[in-house]
Amino acid sequence: MQRIDRALGIVLALLATVVLWTARTFPAVPGQKVGAGFLPTLVGAGLLVGGLLLVRRSFDAARYGAAGSAPRRAPERWWLAGVVPAAVLGYIALADRIGFLIVAPLMVLATLRAFGVGWRAAFGWSVAGTLVVHIAFYKLLRVPLPWGVLRPWY
Amino acid sequence: MDALLTAAELVFQPYVLLVIGLSALYGLFVGAIPGLTATMATALLVPVTFFMAPIPAVAAIVTATAMAIFSGDIPSALLRMPGTPASAAYTDEAYLLTRSGQAELALGSGLVFSALGGIFGVVVLSVAAPALAEVALQFSSFEYFWLVMLGFTCAVFIASSDPLKGVLSLLLGLFVGCVGLDNPAAAPRYTFGNAELMGGISLIPLMIGMFAISEVLRFAISTEKPELAVDRPFGNVFAGMWGVLKKYPLPLLRGSALGTAVGALPGAGADIAAWMSYAMSKRLSKEPEKFGTGHVEGIVEAGAANNSALGGAWIPALVFGIPGDSITAIAIGVLYLKNLNPGPTLFVHNPQNIYAVFIIFMLAQILMLPFGWLAIKVAKQLLRIPAAKLMPLILLFCVVGSFAINNTVFGVVIMLVAGVVAFFMERWGFPVAPTILGVVLGNMLEEQFFSSLVKADGRVFAFFERPIAAALGVLTLLIWTSPLWRGWLRRQPGLAR
Repeated sequence: MQRIDRALGIVLALLATVVLWTARTFPAVPGQKVGAGFLPTLVGAGLLVGGLLLVRRSFDAARYGAAGSAPRRAPERWWLAGVVPAAVLGYIALADRIGFLIVAPLMVLATLRAFGVGWRAAFGWSVAGTLVVHIAFYKLLRVPLPWGVLRPWY
Repeated sequence: MDALLTAAELVFQPYVLLVIGLSALYGLFVGAIPGLTATMATALLVPVTFFMAPIPAVAAIVTATAMAIFSGDIPSALLRMPGTPASAAYTDEAYLLTRSGQAELALGSGLVFSALGGIFGVVVLSVAAPALAEVALQFSSFEYFWLVMLGFTCAVFIASSDPLKGVLSLLLGLFVGCVGLDNPAAAPRYTFGNAELMGGISLIPLMIGMFAISEVLRFAISTEKPELAVDRPFGNVFAGMWGVLKKYPLPLLRGSALGTAVGALPGAGADIAAWMSYAMSKRLSKEPEKFGTGHVEGIVEAGAANNSALGGAWIPALVFGIPGDSITAIAIGVLYLKNLNPGPTLFVHNPQNIYAVFIIFMLAQILMLPFGWLAIKVAKQLLRIPAAKLMPLILLFCVVGSFAINNTVFGVVIMLVAGVVAFFMERWGFPVAPTILGVVLGNMLEEQFFSSLVKADGRVFAFFERPIAAALGVLTLLIWTSPLWRGWLRRQPGLAR
């Protein structure tokens, strides 16, 4: 945890520097000394101080041998965490071109399989889930879900 | 009186009642599944409420959250896994009761005292909110500026276990709130020439990401396998409740009062209320040695506290537009979308809408008893639904819901980034509530600050000239400087003891 805190402190301090640098370029409100840069400057200054304090605290904790605050957790399967963003990124990249009714069940099917659901159940859930969402959002709520390659048949 | 009748007419319509009934079932379902939280239930509801009239939209959120907070107690008692974080404080107590053959007592007390605590919260909300609104009508930008600051302060210093990380979370939220054209000089900030960012980071996809996608990610890496602690049909869960009520009236009142007060503090919600109440119950109990062995007193007090916190959280939300917890932060977003901008003028110009919210709140608590009874009846079947099958569907719902708010894929991008960030924030000990508060209140802070600055004409003292502003300002500064003056007090020889 201390190493993570240290790295995060540095990242936040770097972010703060960028925020402070860019805040200088924002215009003032006519007739006032401050303007659009005021809040970003405050946020940047706070992030810089806070980030550096986090770094210092992590060094202090390491020096005084403070018990690592990382909680004990059950074993974890990290590779599965990547499946979720990958599925969403796949949807973002393909939904417009290929269409909701094709990409959505594939996204759900892939995630179900990754979570250990059998082929038959995964297939049924993905098709049924997509149809329910399609009816609820496209038909009832009139959300323009993309048709993609299915447009000619619609 | 006319407004009250109009409010009743607004609520007691078949469509609104149908929405309340369906939201109750939805809230009970989401709350009962470990890993799906009440906040997640609210975030997932928003895309649907987006297409509703204001009253049914609010009804859906209020009912679903009240039911979800109760039904979080069900897997606590049967699986030793809290359905929502708000039930975590007394999960062991409820589970041990179940293991000792008293599942009905664990589930029944969870249900009955959730409803009673909830009713207490609604009564306080109905009395306190209009009274506060009367006072708030006199507020100027100075008072609002300090109220927002005090809200941030509570979220950082009271609701966070690590104030430094709380401050950093808040600042990240404020930074996200800076994006876009919505600032005093109407200059594009951090938009990188992207037209989608001109309007700022869309709040609803952000919330869906932070509260739903982060949970899906958490589920993905978890290998915990829940096991049912009981495999027999349940008896009457209401049996013996009168006896419990007669035995523990004070813990019920104490839990409800503390829960409402904690709920009203910005950033602190039902989960913190339950933890604080459970600790207080143990400390003030006549039988503290029984706590941790399957004792119902802690469930009575903390179970009442987490549901009363819901009503409490709506007090600052409706009167000042300052959310009391993450759920009301989402609800405020919905109120703005529905042109029901929260604030004291809402009480003057649209009192029927406010009364309608109160009626819905009360209705939700009363309906909790039959609906909760039903949920307990089917609990074993409900808990056998594998989360592995639900999570991918929730993911799909999140994607479509985030898209539906502005009909743009950019909402899905915001959702994904927010979800991944919130997932790691939670892992690394950064509280999420201050971030949400920063995003929701960043604009208000800036707006009120600039109005005050113009009125003050450069004099800092003007921020303290009005009595309420001065009190709020001094209180805020005292809390911020508390590490300094508490350290100083500790070093004084006469005060060391």
